[in-house]
Amino acid sequence: MSGAARLLHAARQPLFAGLGTDVGGSRAIVRLAERCGGVLDHMNSAAGVRDTMVLQDSGWIATTLSEVRNRADLLVVAGRDVVGRFPRFYERCITNTESMFSGERRCEIVFLGEGPAEGAPPLAAAVTVVPCAMEQLRGVCAVLRALVAGRRAPTMGVGGLPLDVLKSLAERMQAARYGVLAWSAAELNVPHGELTVQALCELVTELGRRTRFSGLPLAGGDGDATFESVHLWHSGFGARTGYGRGYAVYDPYHFSTARMLDSGEADALVWISSFSETRTPPATAVPTVVLGRAGMSCAPEPAVFIPVGTPGLDHPGHLFRTDRVVALPLAGLRTSRLPTVAQAIEAIEGALACC
Amino acid sequence: MLLKLTRGTVVDPAHGVDGVIRDVYVRDGRIVAAPAPDDRIDREYDLAGRIVMAGAIDMHTHIGGGKVNIARAMLPEDHRGDPVPRTELTRASCGHAAPGTFAAGYRYAEMGYTACFEPAVLPVNARQAHLEMGDTPIVDKGGYAMLGSDDFLLRLMASGAEQALINDYVAWTLHATRCIAIKVVNPGGISAFKFNERTMQLDEAHPYYGVTPRDILRTLSRAVHDLGLAHPLHVHSSNLGVPGNVDTTLGTMEAAEGLPIHLTHVQFHSYGTEGDRKFSSAAARIAEAINRSPNVSCDVGQILFGQTVTASGDTMSQHRNAPHGRPRKSVVMDIECDAGCGVVPFRYRDRNFVNALQWAIGLELFLMVDDPWRVFLTTDHPNGAPFTTYPHLIRLLMDRSFRNERLATINPAAQAMTTLGSLDREYSLYEIAILTRAAPARILGLADRGHLGVGAAADITVYRRQDDLERMFTAPEYVFKDGEVVARNGRIVQTTWGRFHAAAPEFDRGIERRLKEYFDRYHTIRFGNFGIAEDEMASFGHGAELVSHACRRRTP
Repeated sequence: MSGAARLLHAARQPLFAGLGTDVGGSRAIVRLAERCGGVLDHMNSAAGVRDTMVLQDSGWIATTLSEVRNRADLLVVAGRDVVGRFPRFYERCITNTESMFSGERRCEIVFLGEGPAEGAPPLAAAVTVVPCAMEQLRGVCAVLRALVAGRRAPTMGVGGLPLDVLKSLAERMQAARYGVLAWSAAELNVPHGELTVQALCELVTELGRRTRFSGLPLAGGDGDATFESVHLWHSGFGARTGYGRGYAVYDPYHFSTARMLDSGEADALVWISSFSETRTPPATAVPTVVLGRAGMSCAPEPAVFIPVGTPGLDHPGHLFRTDRVVALPLAGLRTSRLPTVAQAIEAIEGALACC
Repeated sequence: MLLKLTRGTVVDPAHGVDGVIRDVYVRDGRIVAAPAPDDRIDREYDLAGRIVMAGAIDMHTHIGGGKVNIARAMLPEDHRGDPVPRTELTRASCGHAAPGTFAAGYRYAEMGYTACFEPAVLPVNARQAHLEMGDTPIVDKGGYAMLGSDDFLLRLMASGAEQALINDYVAWTLHATRCIAIKVVNPGGISAFKFNERTMQLDEAHPYYGVTPRDILRTLSRAVHDLGLAHPLHVHSSNLGVPGNVDTTLGTMEAAEGLPIHLTHVQFHSYGTEGDRKFSSAAARIAEAINRSPNVSCDVGQILFGQTVTASGDTMSQHRNAPHGRPRKSVVMDIECDAGCGVVPFRYRDRNFVNALQWAIGLELFLMVDDPWRVFLTTDHPNGAPFTTYPHLIRLLMDRSFRNERLATINPAAQAMTTLGSLDREYSLYEIAILTRAAPARILGLADRGHLGVGAAADITVYRRQDDLERMFTAPEYVFKDGEVVARNGRIVQTTWGRFHAAAPEFDRGIERRLKEYFDRYHTIRFGNFGIAEDEMASFGHGAELVSHACRRRTP
């Protein structure tokens, strides 16, 4: 702890990154970053920023898992299949046979993009694939939106999809009683992916003029939705925020982990990953403190490694669910002597007071 | 620790005290009787010429929970205009329309407020709401759980369930969510919107469940009454913001069938359809109905001009309002078969006919409702304006010439449509103390808050008399929270964590079997993960005490 404190004490602009932790850990790390004038960035920010920018610029119509489970009669999966990141999503929310509003529930699925993931278990529900490359998704959504709005669309189609295919998809979406358009921003890894998210949301808004249609933006994992929520209520901003001026300054470009380390603007790195031992800090010459899940091995070896417990395994905690609405309590499943991230940070703060 | 607040002019409406010069003694965070002559006074504050009131209580302010956090996420440009830097004593945060939790706590305390209540806690989101309120320093806090569009209640009602069963469900909800009151928002309408209904009238059957908003109001107001909750059913009526909604609002009052009912942000529900623009003030009709209905109370939800953001559970209304947003962006969400939320930034402009008339309608309501115990001072923060505008609003109520000067600057067509200029009433300090202290404490059942009697918590605000009432109410000379000075002259000098207030009505645990089955069949969260445990609350609030208020059932 004293090693970590000395390193932070000497740093002019420490970077607190990774941030794979629960609510308690997030609260503590924000407090420490404020005190040190540091920068905060989550390991999944590159994806998260795509959704955040749309919220900041235009907003969305969205829904949550239990609504999907009970109401959705059409699911459109945009981009890449979400089953890779959310293995039980279809089972829990789409192919369930019982719902509150019908004896025999049936939710059709359209893959708009790459199609079902290879090796995923076959879906019981009716599946259609409307194939398009990830880079073309934005343009395809724009044309779908024009069709839904009754405006002119290019007769040759878009993204390799003929106009009649798009027309029929637009009609199906308009005919849905409770349609859902799901995406995982992590999979929309194209230049300016936020514009793809925005195109998806604008399509949903257009559909929403006449029928009910909602987006389902699925957050990644490793506590990204949790850190985002906690930091929002502290500062009004999510990750990629710096406290160098004493107050929160948000800059999704300047405060990326890679840029801060490559440019030499960060002179200390505190990397937090309490869920995954494989999410290790980026290789850097910047002096590094790791608060990592026990068993993590980092190369190069960090200046300080503090093994921490995993929320929900080694200790209780709270975590925000992928739809960002439900904060779930986690129970500790085993007796552990490992500190929580919050406890480790409190100890560092104690040692800092002695520096 | 014994404090003596000497020779202050005490305004304490809960005890009928109006400007009496007297000493107030505080021992260990509570107000005590004059001590024995040989008791040592540890600290004395000479308050000669100062006005001493209980700490103010905001009974309707959106300070925490999912929709507030979405509003924060949507407004980077607003935060940039009001950064809140860290100090040795206080945390960094952001201010203005959707402030961070820390700034909210500090700014309330700096204005002399010592308790705030979040009026729209979605049960499934209660944990987040309490986490956020737990990070709101200094002030006491509590939440109102939202029911009325949740599928469990609507299923019960559609199946003809007995009132007793519904009462158990309402009580269980309060217990699980650690809330102090029950709110209903656009009764049934948030659910109807999920079935693609875009409007919902008071006697219109829900498209799936068949029940009407009136049924829901009657059932929930009965439950709240039977369970013995202090606070009446807190009602955000149907047809928010719709010209002509006055009839819905009057019907909503009747739907309670004489049981207590609180109409919230009633300004947004007091609109007629007269005039060239088919938008007019119906404040007189609403005020008259409230004046003759002792079971009805209201808070105003005053709008004040400038940028703000509206955040509501009323998805139906917010979806309709989204095109009027400034800047043009909005979020509308259906949430977990529980309710929903809608967030739309708004910029109210004094040159805009509708906005100017809304401003006037709110003030008309304040001035035309006779009983200050039944009209509460709110802007429905941040929906009508951020809570930091309260001192300005108080001046508008207390100073007729100031009010009329402002009236002369608004949209002329709106001026022509309001009777505001002819209303002579000026609120007294005593009445302001009722609106902001005594009445909110009473209507929430906070027996030891909102007054300065022996045994009360020493939440005390001391004002220096000033001609400019806005300045006077902006920066009180002293603010005591539980006997500690937390703010001086509008600056924080000490931070504490306040308390949580919740209601704890008794109920038959048999309802939990039904709920467990419902969760297992239909939900994506386990029943066991829904309710908030007491030790969780302690961790949310940095050790803040959870005060559970007992309720006395009003039925066998």
